[in-house]
Amino acid sequence: MRRAREWAPALVVFVFVIAVWEGSISAFHIQQFLLPRPSEIVKTFWTARHTLWPAGWYTFKEALGGFFIGSALGMVTATVVGRFKNFGTAIMPIAIAANAVPIIAFAPIFGAWFGEVSPHSKIAVAAVLCFLPVMVNTLRGLSSANPRQIELMRSYAASELEIWRRVRVPTALPFVFTALKVASVLAMIGAIVGEYFGGAFNALGVLINSDAQIFDFVTAWAGILVASLLGLALYGAVAGTERLVVRWAPDTRGA
Amino acid sequence: MSVVEIKGVTKTFAQGNVTALENIDLELEPGEFVSLIGPSGCGKSTLLRIIGDLTPPTSGTVTVNGKPAKQARGDGDYGIVFQDAVLFDWRTVAKNIALPLEMLGWDRDKRKARVETMLDLVELRSFAEHHPWQLSGGMQQRVSIARALAFEPALLLMDEPFGALDEMTRERLNLELLSIWEKLGSTVVFVTHSISEAVFLSTRVVVMSPRPGRIAGHVAVDLPFPRTVETREEPRFFELVTQVRELLRKRGEHLLPEEAAELL
Amino acid sequence: MLRRVSTVAAAVLALAGFWELYRWIWTSAGWNWPFVVDNTSMPHLWTIFKAFGQPVQVNQPTLISILFHKSLFTGKEALVGFAIGAVVGFAIGIVLAHSRLLQRGFLPYIVASQTVPILAIAPMVVVWVNPKLPGPFQGWGAVAVIASYLTFFPVTINTLRGLRSADPRALELMRTYAASRWSVLWKLRVPASLPYVFAALKLAATASVVGAIIGELPSGLQDGLGGAIINFNQYYSFEPQELWATNIVAAALGILFFVGIIVAERLVVRRAPENLA
Repeated sequence: MRRAREWAPALVVFVFVIAVWEGSISAFHIQQFLLPRPSEIVKTFWTARHTLWPAGWYTFKEALGGFFIGSALGMVTATVVGRFKNFGTAIMPIAIAANAVPIIAFAPIFGAWFGEVSPHSKIAVAAVLCFLPVMVNTLRGLSSANPRQIELMRSYAASELEIWRRVRVPTALPFVFTALKVASVLAMIGAIVGEYFGGAFNALGVLINSDAQIFDFVTAWAGILVASLLGLALYGAVAGTERLVVRWAPDTRGA
Repeated sequence: MSVVEIKGVTKTFAQGNVTALENIDLELEPGEFVSLIGPSGCGKSTLLRIIGDLTPPTSGTVTVNGKPAKQARGDGDYGIVFQDAVLFDWRTVAKNIALPLEMLGWDRDKRKARVETMLDLVELRSFAEHHPWQLSGGMQQRVSIARALAFEPALLLMDEPFGALDEMTRERLNLELLSIWEKLGSTVVFVTHSISEAVFLSTRVVVMSPRPGRIAGHVAVDLPFPRTVETREEPRFFELVTQVRELLRKRGEHLLPEEAAELL
Repeated sequence: MLRRVSTVAAAVLALAGFWELYRWIWTSAGWNWPFVVDNTSMPHLWTIFKAFGQPVQVNQPTLISILFHKSLFTGKEALVGFAIGAVVGFAIGIVLAHSRLLQRGFLPYIVASQTVPILAIAPMVVVWVNPKLPGPFQGWGAVAVIASYLTFFPVTINTLRGLRSADPRALELMRTYAASRWSVLWKLRVPASLPYVFAALKLAATASVVGAIIGELPSGLQDGLGGAIINFNQYYSFEPQELWATNIVAAALGILFFVGIIVAERLVVRRAPENLA
């Protein structure tokens, strides 16, 4: 019953906003052109499903590919960099600065490298977006092991590898999952932004864009709804995995 | 043969500018319970770490069980308990206790059996599958002690293990520790801030003075075993506590007020 | 300070070296994976460098002066977007920190809002916002709004965390002074939240530049870096170095904003940030 109290306000807000949105469109005669009714959007979400849903799946696969590749590379890099402590502290400021580079600017380059229409360029964009947060957070997690725990392991004459396996990796897991949650959202966005610069005609980003260009905002919004749902689904999957794997972190305790 | 032999150990930091320990000589016989007591900066924790080869001495030798300290660490000759329980959040209580056994390569059945013995020893059987954050500070420390003793080391190093606990829990854990010690017959090196704790637990109290860290003197504690709650109320107990206190004060004429205040 | 600069310089040199090395190995070996390496896909660094000083078309200003003006334009959008997003994010954070109910009601949507790809919404925002803006703000104003959309989120989340991070004992102390909610906020919670807020501002600074570039794409604005990217993308097979030069400038703009926040942090908090991460 307490769980319901947690969710009730959000539910109320949702219903309220949808109701107001729907109502004010009619009441204030706002042009459907600019801001379609929620009911229209949902209707189109259903009626256009034969184009929208497969397109969503296509783009989702790109996002998924980028998510796995980028996250894996991020974790591997962090592991390698973490082994050499000094290298790690030198790299950090550079990695943070690299985070400041608008990766979006490189999307057309990836298009030139991997083919504008091919999904590979979008996977590359998504991968690059995912790489940095995962790398930075994994590195931070690996370095944040309690020094007393390391001392304890040394009293057992543990090798570096054993310390790694038994202390550093478990300590890093909560950090890694936080980063993966961020990356899951970025992956989908990266795929769609990548498609702006060219993509297969049955890709979601391309569809939304072309619908917007012909001012078919209702379908565009329906497409956005698909994109958003898929992004949330990936996030949910990561959060769910976190609940199972990382049962000791303060946020997931007693879950 | 002594369990621990420390000869001429000196430890400096900051390129020789800070002398934590100067020319320490100490011998520990098997089965002794030795407390190291002194104000902050007397080097007692550093000395404990040197015995455990967690930090090297700048000069001097340390022999544990007849071997150099480094080898003793490599052979797993001692168990260590810190002021924080230093348990692994991601392991259950039982798995935490099993950690050193895993490191030593024991097979699963042997590990299971020993873990159960240790759980009974510290009376935490019903909490075996709990996680550290579900236990109180005192319980966590008991798990930490169980872990340190799991592989029955000959030597037990304890660095203010009860420092973070309230006085009543402290006194109770003192009794538990003594009963475990008597059962296992290990040698214990116990670092503490508390004069009464040092006298209650030990067979010998080693008093240290700071700046530079030196041994100021030894007080042999001849109170009978087993010690109980009543022991604390005996006249001989007070005499010994006074002896230790005076040794601290005498050799510590140069103690700062706050350092003197630390010693209860 | 000098150490930082030299580390950065070393990193840049290392990157440059790596680029040319990669290029040399791949072209000599003729490998096709992950992509074909030639003068178009990976121009020599020197070619890119030279391109800055050359005019794009005959009798036109040099590439670098063009890019400079475009970065000013995009920078303006990003700055305004950053300011709006930071203030709005901060305000929302303060409101939510004071009401558990509002938090539970709105936070899920604030989080979900970031899953909506702004690139998709951008055209609609442009069409919707532009007519509402006064004359001189039209065009780039809508882009600033899009930039603020990416900016407000990290600021909100971190402000919320920061405000709630005040030591409970300090809060109790304020209670003994019968302090009003307002003074507790400004004397205790806000100062306690500063490290979190600045961490968010660093992310937000970067995000505002990204948002500005993305916002320009569907707006059809030629005056900014987004326009330059689209333009040079079309000519990529002929003059690849121009797109690369643009990207380098875009990267520099992002890093500039980021460094700006670090400087501001140093001034406001009056001590070096503990670690950049």
